[in-house]
Amino acid sequence: MGAYILRRLLIAIPSLLGISLILFTVLALAPGDPFGELAANPNVPPEVRAALRVKFGLDDPILTRYLHWLTAMLHGDWGFSFASRVNVDTLILQRLPTTLFVVGSSQVLALLIAIPVGLTAARRPYSLADQVANTLAFVGFSLPTFFTGLLFILLFSIKLGWLPFVYQADLPGSGLPWLWANIRQAIMPVAVLGFFQAASYTRYVRASALDVARLDYVTTARAKGLSEGTVTRRHIARNALIPVVTLVALQIPAVFGGAIVTEQIFRIPGIGSLLIDAMLSNDTPVVMAVTFVFAGLVILFNLVADLLYGWLDPRIALR
Amino acid sequence: MDERDLHGLIGRVKDGRLSRRAFVQRMVALGLTAPMAGLMLAGNGVAMAADIRAGYKPAKAGGGGALKLLWWQAPTLINPHFAVGTKDQDASRIFYEPLAAWDPDGNLVPVLAASIPSKENGALAADGRSVVWTLKPGVKWHDGKPLTADDLVFTWEYARDPATAAVTAGSYKDCTVEKIDDLSVRVLFDKPTPYWCDAFVGIVGMVLPKHLFGPYSGAKSRDAPQNLAPVGTGPYRFVEFRPGDIVRGERNPNYHLPNRPYFDTIEMKGGGDAVSAARAVLQTGEYDYAWNMLIEDEVLKRLETGGKGRVDVVYGGKLEFLLLNATDPNVEVDGERSSITTKHPAFSDPKVCQALNLLVDRKSIQTYIYGRTGKATANTVNGPERFVSKDTHYAFDPAKANALLDEAGWTKGSDGIRAKDGKRLKLLFQTSINAPRQKTQAIIKQAAAKAGIEIELKSVTGSVFFSSDPANPDTCTHFYADMEMYAYSATQADPAIWLLMYASWEVAQKANKWQGRNVVRWRSPAYDAAYNAAQGELDPVKRAALLIRCNDLAVSENVLPLIHRAEVSAVGATLTAPRSGWDNDLAFLPDWYREA
Repeated sequence: MGAYILRRLLIAIPSLLGISLILFTVLALAPGDPFGELAANPNVPPEVRAALRVKFGLDDPILTRYLHWLTAMLHGDWGFSFASRVNVDTLILQRLPTTLFVVGSSQVLALLIAIPVGLTAARRPYSLADQVANTLAFVGFSLPTFFTGLLFILLFSIKLGWLPFVYQADLPGSGLPWLWANIRQAIMPVAVLGFFQAASYTRYVRASALDVARLDYVTTARAKGLSEGTVTRRHIARNALIPVVTLVALQIPAVFGGAIVTEQIFRIPGIGSLLIDAMLSNDTPVVMAVTFVFAGLVILFNLVADLLYGWLDPRIALR
Repeated sequence: MDERDLHGLIGRVKDGRLSRRAFVQRMVALGLTAPMAGLMLAGNGVAMAADIRAGYKPAKAGGGGALKLLWWQAPTLINPHFAVGTKDQDASRIFYEPLAAWDPDGNLVPVLAASIPSKENGALAADGRSVVWTLKPGVKWHDGKPLTADDLVFTWEYARDPATAAVTAGSYKDCTVEKIDDLSVRVLFDKPTPYWCDAFVGIVGMVLPKHLFGPYSGAKSRDAPQNLAPVGTGPYRFVEFRPGDIVRGERNPNYHLPNRPYFDTIEMKGGGDAVSAARAVLQTGEYDYAWNMLIEDEVLKRLETGGKGRVDVVYGGKLEFLLLNATDPNVEVDGERSSITTKHPAFSDPKVCQALNLLVDRKSIQTYIYGRTGKATANTVNGPERFVSKDTHYAFDPAKANALLDEAGWTKGSDGIRAKDGKRLKLLFQTSINAPRQKTQAIIKQAAAKAGIEIELKSVTGSVFFSSDPANPDTCTHFYADMEMYAYSATQADPAIWLLMYASWEVAQKANKWQGRNVVRWRSPAYDAAYNAAQGELDPVKRAALLIRCNDLAVSENVLPLIHRAEVSAVGATLTAPRSGWDNDLAFLPDWYREA
């Protein structure tokens, strides 16, 4: 086991290096520069812009810039944002709690919906309940989040006026009203993300529950005279959820990485909106840091998922 | 009315017995144009009275609750001298102030200055080589320290130092600032400078506190804690800032203008998109003010029916224009197309340029595309009023355009496309991807087809089109096309820098990595002469005449102004928010209040 983990971690190093090199090259080749907006300002002489480029090292060859970035990164220096001249780690840490709260709650909501719905659907395949669950699941993952997001805003904020659609990370105030305000503003984004995720989870839960329900030990359990509820809970659900757990583990990086589109629509100051803003303003250090951390998390949680699988299902051996 | 009466009237305006506006109205009744009357007052040393402040009603400071602003681009830093975009400048303006601000008519209004320098009050040297700025006494920084001349000298040193990497360096590098006494400084210029109000004025002029930024000048500028936690003299004190998300402030109880500011707290939230920002103000009323509504007027009108707010429009120096390449984009010289050693096969003939000018239906473009958010124009300089040419016209006249092209020897072939000396009149027309621009392209293409000109349309993503990347051939400054259209903003209430766009020495080319301002590559000795004369002309009226001549020369050939575009905002129904197109959206923030 220890050797397995060590091998996986060692393999991760070249992958991370490769990922960072590709990311950096693509970013460097992409058109535009962080001071593009200055070009549209006649008050700023071209020399000033050129001086800024030199100061931030944008005129060096790509490879030099990459090596600079890499050595700094290895020393724990993530660089600073061209747009706000703030250290990148500060920026990321400032936004992490919001993303964890919003995307994390949406994952919890997704599971709370998907597991009961999926199991119910699998209990009587092709019954009315199953048909309804299936249809909703298909609708759910066919509708992109930007569409449901706008739909929710139009309905709940503009037509009905129930919920605010501009998210504030640090609402002033305290106590219950503050808590309620925080929940109120999170309802729509969490619902949008949660329903979307729930739709695909439901399909997985249903499929794996159906697989398990056909196995002999389930028939044995029923033959023993156990109640249908006990069979579902103790015998079907426990085994059917093994693949779902790995699926959830693979989704964890997304919890840290934020949801770009949804965060943009609801103005949630999370990692996703940081990433998209940085991309739009060609803020290379921020884009590099966020994507690199994301890549690291993906690799890490793939490993975690594999280990988890082996632990949950002893039949699978890790070598 | 004779000269003595006139002087009497001007005297009354001076001591405030007659309002500036009443004076101008009287002069207009006598047949004088309003800008002329304004110039008369300016020439007689009447500081441009703060009309924009006159409408302020609240009788005491505070008590206004929260002011919630929504910017769909989020501010990323609050140091005005690092501000990359408007969003950062606006966020800085909540806390920092310049010596003077530009009002909607393009006149100066004192902010931190005791008065506006003029020849009459002796602050402006007769030779145009220096100006004395005097600070208002008793102004304090948010931390209680007094504002002094040392802060002005420091701001100048800070901004001009290349190691600081300030984006405002251009406004400070060509002057010298010296302290006279605790409350006044002298700004010295190398040569007579008619436009003396660049440094310390408006967007680039925000003054920094020496006692806090002093240790962080030059190479250490990035480390200053105040870059993220500003201490200024402005109407609101700093509370919180999260880069790329939100700025919060609270009322400054020691603010130097009486009874201001009205609001107790201020919040500027950033991010999202323009349409939903408009919704938050116009439909739900969640926010009081939303900035820069780059939305089609049709949509704005629909949102406005909610009744929670209104669309507010002010005009500054933003112009949508069409450029006809003076050089040949299809010939490569020394690794560079559109080289100034070449001549455009069609546009080198002024008649073809004139014909195209007649084929642009500006009225329709205004009515059907820009609505309330733009005005058709024939001028490249559209404000302030004193610099606007009255001798230019635009017309949509395909018949005349056809006649001109016939005259110029471009004859229609069997396919209906004109040709001359074997060259077909087929033009490539590029612009950035933006719905109104694509619609405008279509209108122009259709009209040109009627005159036997075939136009091929091309649209480039904005991030490429407006980038300054010297390696990318699709940027607007490379101009590897026959025609191109985009918008550009004059950020100063003086057209001198704007008009550099047509000066021959500013041509964008390979030698300057396409960083030159003259993208159209049109060159005219008459233009250069008028421009250079204006640069040294100290008489404001003569200078205005020279700059107007520059405008007229440029628009007579390869430069086709289309639409003078407004700065459009969404404002809550009860909010009174005076704004100026020549300064920040928040330049007059202290004068914002809510009607009960």
